[in-house]
Amino acid sequence: MTTPILEMINIQKHFGRIIALSGVSFSVMPGECHCLLGDNGAGKSTFIKTMSGAHTPTGGEMRIAGDTVHFTSPREALAAGIATVYQDLAMIPLMSVSRNFWLGREPEAGFGPLRWLDFKKADAITLEQMKQMGINLREPGQAVGTLSGGERQTVAIARAVYFGAKVLILDEPTSALGVRQTANVLTTIDRVRKKGIGVVFITHNVRHAMAVGDRFTVLNRGKTLGTADRGHISSEELQSLMAGGQELAQLEASLGKTI
Amino acid sequence: MFAFFLILAGGTQMFALDGVINWSTVSAQFIVLAVGVSLLMIAGEFDLSLGSMAGFSGMVFGLLVIHVGIPVWVAILLTFVVCALIGTINGVLVIRTGLPSFVVTLAFMFILRGATIWSAITFNKQPVVSGIGDAAAGDPIAWLFGGKAFTGLFTWLGQQGIIETYTRGTRAGQPIVDGIPMLILWAIGLVIVGQWVLTRTKFGNWIYAAGGDPQAARNVGVPVARVKVLMFIVAAICAALLGISQAIEFGSAASDRGIMKEFEAIICVVIGGALLTGGYGSVVGAALGAVIFGVVQQGLFFTNVESSLFRVFLGTILLGAVVANTYIRRSITGER
Repeated sequence: MTTPILEMINIQKHFGRIIALSGVSFSVMPGECHCLLGDNGAGKSTFIKTMSGAHTPTGGEMRIAGDTVHFTSPREALAAGIATVYQDLAMIPLMSVSRNFWLGREPEAGFGPLRWLDFKKADAITLEQMKQMGINLREPGQAVGTLSGGERQTVAIARAVYFGAKVLILDEPTSALGVRQTANVLTTIDRVRKKGIGVVFITHNVRHAMAVGDRFTVLNRGKTLGTADRGHISSEELQSLMAGGQELAQLEASLGKTI
Repeated sequence: MFAFFLILAGGTQMFALDGVINWSTVSAQFIVLAVGVSLLMIAGEFDLSLGSMAGFSGMVFGLLVIHVGIPVWVAILLTFVVCALIGTINGVLVIRTGLPSFVVTLAFMFILRGATIWSAITFNKQPVVSGIGDAAAGDPIAWLFGGKAFTGLFTWLGQQGIIETYTRGTRAGQPIVDGIPMLILWAIGLVIVGQWVLTRTKFGNWIYAAGGDPQAARNVGVPVARVKVLMFIVAAICAALLGISQAIEFGSAASDRGIMKEFEAIICVVIGGALLTGGYGSVVGAALGAVIFGVVQQGLFFTNVESSLFRVFLGTILLGAVVANTYIRRSITGER
């Protein structure tokens, strides 16, 4: 068995007396899509922020490719290859696709202190990367605001991949999208996985998780309820684990399995 | 806009050389401030204290020259430093407290105006500090702010009969327009540099990003706070440039100078297509807005229209511009 690229062992996070995470264990293999499921308030966002370096865990261990690491800022995590795509804060709508793609890591040309943006290079690479992800841009100068929600997520994912992400954390990438756009994002996830990148797919939609997930971990009240491999768990089981069992089962019966 | 006044004022002095210089100078005053304001607004912040800052910088400069008695060039540099510091305070306060820049800079609008009047009265016994012109004569850098450029060229043009010259009086034979005011050159230079930085450099990209969506920008590693504070400083320096230039040009520093300038600059920027919410706009647009502003103001003067109508007209184009900008924004972002 290969070592996981990212491993979180018994992670705890306390905010004063509030315990947000009480022992979460989680790992991602290269080329794997590991779905992290959980209802609102289960501690998903705290856990994401811990993985991406925005929070320092109170207890537990974090390993990258087998080595223990301690992140104090998102920048450090990013440098180690952990990229996070937030659901709504990924892109700046009024700026062009190319400018968004390169934001923070702009290619420059020039000499000495006189440096300017290398638009030719930036645009060419942006177009090519977008094409690889299945988006045909009219022009790289097109504003991100003209893209659909799914395409915006794809641009953000393509950006993270291009800049060398080894682990890609996707925070509810499909929650605000329609059916067709969701399908596009799921396809993108599949493409990324095939490049050997470990994907952490956070969602509360079991069907989206089942569509691309290799492994599934359910988070409930700051704890992991266990990890299951694809084919060893049904969507009904995942659903009831997420909601904490009992009550939902009754509710589901009366709703005729529509949730 | 030009065509409008060309028809109305075609026969007057407006489009003669001295008329052109006249409204260009007025426009240049607006442009200098508008460049700073546009960059600041694109970065997502306001500065209402800039008009007061222009008045304040002129006063600081005047008092340093006349009452402290230091050389003019030292006073110019010191004034720029003082204004950059106030710009920094503005910026840091806005970033640290998370308060809207509207409130913080509104406070500074009053603080600086009050300080300007108080210092004039306290140190000078009257609200106008005069005598700067004599002090500035012969100074190594003062001409950069209050002088005129290409005077030799204009004298030559006058001698060749290409441009009009005075026919009578003590200045007979000298050209009516004896050079291009330095402020116009500053304005042109600032627009070129500002536009280049904004659209062609990495830092410009960060300015757009800081105003467009600060959180998203932070997520990808853009130092949003630093960008915003720097833009406050740039705007403050632009205001200081205006204040110092006027002080040298008029030979005096008046404590009421720069009143309303902050709003006029914002109007220029908005007419030029920038969004009040930040993240969109251009320096060239703001400069065009400023030229429109200058042309309208001087144009109404030349066409003998009651000058109070100037404000009515301005308010109307401001409204039109804001509405148009909002629609453009919606069409770009797909919002409803």
